[in-house]
Amino acid sequence: MNRIMAIVEREMRKFFRSPALMLASMIFPLVQLVILGNAFGGKIRDARLAVVDEDGGTQALKIREAFDSVRVNIRTFVPIYYDDEKKAVEDVRNGKLDGAVIIPPQFSRRVYEVNHPQIAVVVDNSDNFMSSALESELTDLVNALNQPQVEPRILQQTALEIVELYPYIEYMKYLLPGSLALAMFVSVMIGGGMLYIDDKARGVHEGYLVTPITKLELVLGLNLAGAIKAVMTGVIICVIGSLIAGVSTIFNPVTMLGLLVMIVLTSLAFNTMMFLLMVRIEDPLVPRAMFGILNTLLFFPSGSIYPIQAFPSWLRAIARVDPFTYAVDGFKCLLLKETTLAAVWGDMLFLSLFAAITLGIAIPLFKRTL
Amino acid sequence: MSDFSASEKNSLLPASEAARAIEVDHIVKKYGDFTAVDDVSFNVNNGEIFGLLGPNGAGKSTLIRMMTTLIPITAGIARIDGHDVAKDPDAVRRTIGVIPQALTSDLDLTVEENLNIYAKLYDVPAKERKRSIEELLGLVDLTKWRGAQTKTLSGGMRRRLEIARGLVHHPKIFFLDEPTTGLDPVSRVAVWEMLGNIKSQRQLTILITTHYMDEADRLCDRIAIVDHGKLVALDAPMALKASVPGSNVIEAQFENPPADWEQRLHTLDEVTSVQHEGAGMYRVLTGNGSRTTTELVEMAVAAGVPVKSLSVQNTTLDDVFVHYTGRQLRDELQKAYAFVMPQRPGLQP
Repeated sequence: MNRIMAIVEREMRKFFRSPALMLASMIFPLVQLVILGNAFGGKIRDARLAVVDEDGGTQALKIREAFDSVRVNIRTFVPIYYDDEKKAVEDVRNGKLDGAVIIPPQFSRRVYEVNHPQIAVVVDNSDNFMSSALESELTDLVNALNQPQVEPRILQQTALEIVELYPYIEYMKYLLPGSLALAMFVSVMIGGGMLYIDDKARGVHEGYLVTPITKLELVLGLNLAGAIKAVMTGVIICVIGSLIAGVSTIFNPVTMLGLLVMIVLTSLAFNTMMFLLMVRIEDPLVPRAMFGILNTLLFFPSGSIYPIQAFPSWLRAIARVDPFTYAVDGFKCLLLKETTLAAVWGDMLFLSLFAAITLGIAIPLFKRTL
Repeated sequence: MSDFSASEKNSLLPASEAARAIEVDHIVKKYGDFTAVDDVSFNVNNGEIFGLLGPNGAGKSTLIRMMTTLIPITAGIARIDGHDVAKDPDAVRRTIGVIPQALTSDLDLTVEENLNIYAKLYDVPAKERKRSIEELLGLVDLTKWRGAQTKTLSGGMRRRLEIARGLVHHPKIFFLDEPTTGLDPVSRVAVWEMLGNIKSQRQLTILITTHYMDEADRLCDRIAIVDHGKLVALDAPMALKASVPGSNVIEAQFENPPADWEQRLHTLDEVTSVQHEGAGMYRVLTGNGSRTTTELVEMAVAAGVPVKSLSVQNTTLDDVFVHYTGRQLRDELQKAYAFVMPQRPGLQP
């Protein structure tokens, strides 16, 4: 035990003497939280939409009035009036416009004759988000125009009522659990991965190996030290991140306890995973090269930035064994849904088992000789 | 009663074996097809300073790493203080102190913190730890620097810290792998003096590897010369020097010597060997330096060959190395230095 603590003591003293490491592991996830949180998930505003009125009748005027009201109210798009349909389509193609609405000749007449009146929408579907936002706004608009002035006594349509369980969650809040997990991962990557290999290359381990320390003591000491660094990073990011994203659940004592347990288990699972990956590596370049790959492979499938339900099955399979997924799920439950610990015990169990299994494989693989 | 039987048991051992700190018996280390250490045997007596001398890549570090449990032994047996290295590595580790070739103390930690961590790794009790570190700081003359971060220390001071680190648990046998490589001449002498000092204060057997002749000559009671993984000679420095025929070395450089100059130098009185080293440089071993020198100068004047430089020395370990391996150690070192290993990332200068 004494010898395990000697290893931990050495790592901790070193850690506090080089604050650059601590800062590096914290700044990256925070920058991501702020930038991605603000860049994604916002509503589309002021898209440029051409309106070509080839009809000029009263019904077309009604549509143009509706477009003008969108411009002053919800501001999804700004209508720009064109005379030439070809020119409008050309401008959508070359990116001057985000879409075009064409009101064909005889539109008003067809409306009065109830003869399938249609208006055409041309969208630039190379930008998925933009085109779907325009499509949905225009669909709403057309539906509203289709509503009869006087409603029948019995509603013919079945409406879908959406009940949101939680208050409106902004994208930045949605990102917070992922950023928290990412902060711990970066800490483990640097503190448990890169420093471990650097120490090996510098001969620090050679110094350890000539002392009577056992294999188990050395592995436990190194893993404990790596996990403690990740826990400290996790606690700090949990507080700062919650304040930035405006999540107030961290002030609830039960949630606080749950978060702490989740942070400890996540740190252990991440560090033992990193240790297993690094246990036979000698070249200090390897962890640096692996950083980007591991980050993409583990962080993105975890549901941190996009829901797992939208993944193809092979990506879901990765998500299922990725400790990130369980960490993000646990943090999401505690931070955003204010659930009790009962809701996250599955995540906690997975992370504990994951840590135990990876450590169980790493110990026999660890070489007690050079 | 049990004490008596134990001492009786010990006394049954032959005196020579009881006095042995290190026994290396037909030890071999292979890496695939390459044999790094090839059937080496030697013993080191208690209280001795034993030197392994050889050029870079001779197998010195491999030998020391096998003896200190760092790498597995391919064949043969090594016993440290009676413990088999392969069978009881833990007992060996408790008995030995090791200073690896690279400076491995933690640069971010202070001198005292580095020593403290190692004392803990060796399970030195808290009370004893404090006293031992105090004593060691004095011994290696770092008391003044105890609170300084290791990265602020000079190379020589860092080496002294490592020496103290290897002694925190009062080892019986001390292994030092090239302790003065990379140090300036003043720091080297300081390290030598310190080792002498430590030796006189503690009951210690020291095994040291080096490629410096002067270091081996000055420090060691006995020297083993290692070349290409093999032991080529083993004796006290004086005895090794005496084993080389001739007692003096004349190094002379001539301007445009004739082709048969080497043979003509051989004919001089008491000359035992002549070696042509290129560029008109000759190395002549002789039993009588002054007489051969006089004759050599007379012969050069008579033949009209100008002498560019001339020096007469007593035989050194360098000559011993030439005698046993056919090559000069300094040439070997030059070859090794010509190839500069790229620095490993994270490796501190």
